[in-house]
Amino acid sequence: MAKATVNKIISFSSVDGPGNRTAVFLQGCGFDCRYCHNPETIHACIHCGECVKYCKPGALTLVEENVRAADQRTGRKRVHYDITKCVFCDECFRHCPHGASARTRELTAEQVMREVRRNKPFIRGITVSGGECTLWRDFLLELLSLAKAEGLGTLLDSNGSYAFSEDPELMAVTDGVMLDVKAWSREEHLRVTGQDNACVLRNLEWLAAAGKLTEVRTVVVPELFDCRQTVREVSALLAGLGCLDARYKIIRYRPMGVREEYKSLTPPTEEFLQKLVGVAVGYGLSDVVVV
Amino acid sequence: MLRRELRSGKTIPAERFARRYMENGFKNRFLMNELKYEVRVMKRILTPEIIEEKRKEIYETIVDPTSSHEQKVTYLARHAENFMTVLDEPEELDELMRCDIDTRCICNLFEGDAPYRPRYICIDFPKFLREGSEFLQLGPAKDFAEALTNLMIMYHNIPSITNYPVFIGDLDELLGPYIEDLDDETVKKALRLWLTMVDRTILDSFCHSDIGPKASRFGYLLMEVESELENAVPNLTMRVSKDTPDDFILAGVKCALHSAKPSFANDEMFRSELGDDYCIASCYNGLLKGGGSYTLSRLILSNIAKKAEGIEDFKTNVLPHVCDVMARYMDERIRFLVEESGWFTNSFLAREGFVRRDKFTAMFGLVGLAECVNLLLEKEGCTERFGHSDRANQLGVEIMDIIDHFNKNHYNPYCEATDHHFLLHAQVGIESDHDCSPGTRIPIGEEPDELVDHLNCIKLFHKYFPSGTGDIFPVDLTVHKNPQYVLDIIRGSLGIDIRYLSFYASDSDVIRVTGYLVKRSEMEKLDAGQNVRQNTTGLGLGAAKNCKILDRRIR
Ligand code: SF4
Ligand code: SF4
Repeated sequence: MAKATVNKIISFSSVDGPGNRTAVFLQGCGFDCRYCHNPETIHACIHCGECVKYCKPGALTLVEENVRAADQRTGRKRVHYDITKCVFCDECFRHCPHGASARTRELTAEQVMREVRRNKPFIRGITVSGGECTLWRDFLLELLSLAKAEGLGTLLDSNGSYAFSEDPELMAVTDGVMLDVKAWSREEHLRVTGQDNACVLRNLEWLAAAGKLTEVRTVVVPELFDCRQTVREVSALLAGLGCLDARYKIIRYRPMGVREEYKSLTPPTEEFLQKLVGVAVGYGLSDVVVV
Repeated sequence: MLRRELRSGKTIPAERFARRYMENGFKNRFLMNELKYEVRVMKRILTPEIIEEKRKEIYETIVDPTSSHEQKVTYLARHAENFMTVLDEPEELDELMRCDIDTRCICNLFEGDAPYRPRYICIDFPKFLREGSEFLQLGPAKDFAEALTNLMIMYHNIPSITNYPVFIGDLDELLGPYIEDLDDETVKKALRLWLTMVDRTILDSFCHSDIGPKASRFGYLLMEVESELENAVPNLTMRVSKDTPDDFILAGVKCALHSAKPSFANDEMFRSELGDDYCIASCYNGLLKGGGSYTLSRLILSNIAKKAEGIEDFKTNVLPHVCDVMARYMDERIRFLVEESGWFTNSFLAREGFVRRDKFTAMFGLVGLAECVNLLLEKEGCTERFGHSDRANQLGVEIMDIIDHFNKNHYNPYCEATDHHFLLHAQVGIESDHDCSPGTRIPIGEEPDELVDHLNCIKLFHKYFPSGTGDIFPVDLTVHKNPQYVLDIIRGSLGIDIRYLSFYASDSDVIRVTGYLVKRSEMEKLDAGQNVRQNTTGLGLGAAKNCKILDRRIR
């Protein structure tokens, strides 16, 4: 069974898709958005041990790595995380110099499912988010298949860096994708995320046409990119494909959780946000919300 | 008859005397003077000190700047009633009830000492609209305007412990048939006025209306108007069954995010216990329509635990003893009400068949299970807490089983409606309670981090309380954008036998205190020393100060 590095599991979430869902956050992301609200999910932990001294309750400890098969010690150290001692104070990743978190667990799909099952009477599905969940493609396939088999809905929250159209097997167990669309122009996208956006835009079109686009999200940071262009182009594309009932979630940038060096970005005004809503609604989108 | 009674020379009960007087009083005044009727023996002695104490309380009521005129009249009537000592109470009652608040094990919730009307009266409104009332000189209601007016008139003639009606009808079923030919705007205009009148004249939030489980046009319109008005009165429950459409529940959720109502009741559960004729009255009390509850007393479990040496002593000696005293006290209250007060023969509600005596039951209430469990565990040297550990929750269940078993074995002659037993009731608490959570609730501030753990704990306890229990969840504002989140929680909860749930938006003006609703803005006025319309605002303010209701964990 494939394992994934799980950053956290939120048993009841009201913001990760329609209804009540269990949200599973996986570690690691190929984008490096300046305004990222949870930068600790971007990189994999390199076990430098820096964060351990900030963990007052002793949930993090530095232990010697164990090569299981031969039970030999390699002399290398690993950070071990004990969730039962954790008080979720966030001190560890606030002090991580590598944009990572050691507050993670390596879990198989079945282990994750075990935690999902507790919530089952109250939820309509799961949402796998990140980081970027598609970096864990095999794990994802297993987890979504398990969830589907138990009658739960399955949504992915993605930055669009994965070519969904080329993975029919994964799409067969995915009800829908919630897609982040940032800057529309390639140059701006590169500046904001460090990556090209051709794949994101191809996904937008393909998912919309395939009826797998649950939601589009745009975090509005007027200083960083032309947000109006993004909203306009996304809306026009959805309207052109007759995909008018996908939700468009316009997200107000807030400095909360953002890395120090980017905290100075100015949040958009309410007036600007309402203008964006007007643009989307003008194209005939029926479900536009600001959060 | 009168002559025969005279010849026998025996004394007759006071109630019969009253009847004879009606029959013969004016023509046979002489004979009536001969008839001996039983003068109630005063069962307890009121010492001069107690009387002085009571006079002081009366004076305080008269000069209280924060009570409105109607509130003062209610309190003064209660003071008067409490000069009576006509109940043949269990001997052990005084030390368990009329004692210091920190040791009080039984509480009668301010019911007076000479009950002259049932605590909760839930009349048969369909019959009233169909037939009218001779006493009220009203015929059948023929159209919407007449129905609304007739109901309003009836409301003012229903006593209850609060002196206001605690149940004002299944509004969708009652009024739905009258709006078939009317357009939405006309109905909403009338409802807006009518509901405002209800809110401004029924001065107590322990007043409940019900809708569902079927979706109806009237139900939708009512919720639309309620979310506009944001009034505290009346309280509203939507019964939800498997057949209730999602869309109707969603309309309820959206309304609740504006006005903290409706709450959601598990229709299948209530129906299986009480039958099809149940209603939700007052806070969240399941009772029979055309009946109600004679009385409600409550066990203060947190204080009862103080008297026990440990868990075993509590279970085998202390708790059963207090249950027994409270049950006998309730029996006596019911006896007086039924046999002596004359309410069931004289009130037009009973005479005209809007209520039937044999549809009444009584509520055996309790509060403070959480604190009781924690204290008992502490006495055994264990620091585990109710709501957070299996051992603590399990002890809670065992205690509930004992109370339930006691109740199922206690026989009351006048509770035919519920197999001659009382119904257990998780009482919502009163403003003077401290260190004592409502019913079986997890104390505010100690709610589990995860809502799923919270729900899994409360499901252990909801099944015990056909006459009501409930839990309240303030929800985060973002849910406005995703009301399906609450819908999923409701569906999931009702599927695992959770009985009753309430939600409100964490920033709304109307908030749910423990069962009833108050407006934050009105509490602020009262806190500033102004008097306000509704009795319950004062209770809410007390609860905000003593019971931390504003600090609930937001979901
Ligand atoms: S989380 Fe960061 S600081 Fe802690 S061990 Fe990993 S890389 Fe080092
Ligand atoms: S969040 Fe948990 S692991 Fe991180 S420092 Fe706090 S207690 Fe330690």
